[in-house]
Amino acid sequence: MRQYPLRRVTNAVVMGLCVLALAVAVVPLVSVLWLVISQGVSGLSWSFFTALPSPVGEIGGGVGNAILGTFYIVGLACLIGLPFGIGAGVFLAERGDGPFGQAVRFIAEVLSGVPSIVIGVVAYGLVVVPMKRFSALAGAVALAILMMPTLARTTEDLVRLVPTTLREASLALGVAQWKTSLRVVLKTALGGILTGVLLAVSRAAGETAPLLFTSLNNQYWNFRPDQPTASLTVQIFNYAISPYEDWHQKAWAAALVLLMMVGLLNLASRLLARSRLQA
Amino acid sequence: MLSGQAASARPSFFNRGNVGDRAYVATLSALGGAVLIAAGLIIWELWKSAHVALETHPMQFIKGTDWDPVRESFGALPFIYGTLVSSAVSIFVAVPIALGLAIFLVEIAPPPMRPLVSFPLELLAGIPSVVYGLWGLFVMVPWLRGHLEPLLGATLGFLPLFQGPPLGLGYLAAGLILAVMILPTIGSVSIEVLKKVPVTLKDASLALGATKWEMVRTASLPYSRAGILGAIILGLGRALGETMAVTMVIGNSPEIHASLFAAGYSLPSVIANEFAEATSAMHTGALAALALILFGVTLLLNSIARLLVRAVGRSPARS
Repeated sequence: MRQYPLRRVTNAVVMGLCVLALAVAVVPLVSVLWLVISQGVSGLSWSFFTALPSPVGEIGGGVGNAILGTFYIVGLACLIGLPFGIGAGVFLAERGDGPFGQAVRFIAEVLSGVPSIVIGVVAYGLVVVPMKRFSALAGAVALAILMMPTLARTTEDLVRLVPTTLREASLALGVAQWKTSLRVVLKTALGGILTGVLLAVSRAAGETAPLLFTSLNNQYWNFRPDQPTASLTVQIFNYAISPYEDWHQKAWAAALVLLMMVGLLNLASRLLARSRLQA
Repeated sequence: MLSGQAASARPSFFNRGNVGDRAYVATLSALGGAVLIAAGLIIWELWKSAHVALETHPMQFIKGTDWDPVRESFGALPFIYGTLVSSAVSIFVAVPIALGLAIFLVEIAPPPMRPLVSFPLELLAGIPSVVYGLWGLFVMVPWLRGHLEPLLGATLGFLPLFQGPPLGLGYLAAGLILAVMILPTIGSVSIEVLKKVPVTLKDASLALGATKWEMVRTASLPYSRAGILGAIILGLGRALGETMAVTMVIGNSPEIHASLFAAGYSLPSVIANEFAEATSAMHTGALAALALILFGVTLLLNSIARLLVRAVGRSPARS
């Protein structure tokens, strides 16, 4: 056995290293947030939110079409992905204890780790090849596939939180089982499911890789699902890897807009979750 | 899992007989089956696009070092190498920090201080990868070029890993940005796993006169070994598939170098850069084959990680 003072010193050193680890982890976080805000804020203006991108060297111009495009693609993705994701989650919670349910649960877990770029390749084959053009729809399909597994798992957890007594009360009153499930159980879990949806949406809005070769990009406004569409993330990427100083500036400003969007969605889901806990 | 008992304690629902109930169960099962269909669709679609490149000489494709779409020569090794090296660097850097964080939160921090650790982790996890890439390209890479790489070259330059001109862009940059990005995954899963260590075990260790670190080393870590390994594998899976941030800082040149300072390429990056412009069926097929490799490897790693983490008796965290 080593001497007690030595052991105490070892203890203090290791505990110190643990605190140091926290400090090291916070450095990049603070640096990222600080630079995005400090570099981005000067580029923000009303026209940045509303105008179309301008050519290199020209003053002004914005990312209005890219902001709209992100909303458009994510909205389409929700239309496709939410029914399946939430439905699968309700299935897992209500009927997911058999072997089929176990299989669905395991596959959903494993799918949630598949790299988003791979899903982009899949959406390319599913939508872009048959339609013979890049489109908002292809990007939406990619994001929908990405949303589905995580949404299924969060929905399952939240539906399972509904107390059994509520369900039993409804059944005891003679309400049919499907009605109990829809009107009592799911209605109670609705706030929680919404939290999960907001999180899934915020994640989808931050995705770049699956959009690169599905919705591609567009210099103009687009409202058609079968046309290439700009998105905020792809626009940031294109601006960042360009050799032009004023485009780099726009990349920072667009990154600030993206962070605000993602942050607000996160915040909303968090507030919603908290208000439910207190209720 | 939200306990099997709760599920089995519920009355048995959905008896046959009622038309509404049967329709409801059928609908739910179909929606659950959609997950399986999606998985099948992913595999089928990848194989359909990729088989052109893999049919003739699959081993030659994987072992080939030459990538030249113009001459239709496709070898995947530089990308596999770049992915592995940058991921290895990220694991090497992120694991000690993540474990330190987790031990700090679970064992040292008084409960009111805990959000101090978990909140930064959540913020880090929420930042989109293209924003990390932007920061990496304009902040981290110049810092590497000007400070860290010359320093490493001067002190550890006798190792082949740290030789050559400090370019900034390269394997090291990719590895470090990946380390930042997988830190929340490894950290949060490790925290969950360490919290599962029974208090009695820790108290027994302390009662025998162990210091806090000895308690962690002899009681907490051995108990949660499998779960922490699972956390690391989950982080590795994320690192292998991460696209945007790596694409922006790895340098994008399909070569193999021993030095971490050199520019390389990774599997997701080459797909991101070339897929939209690939015109020949062979080029698209080769890129899809890279996606298929990536899919296979991450699928395998994730399955292992989920089983390991589950073995510690908890619901697997979603990364």
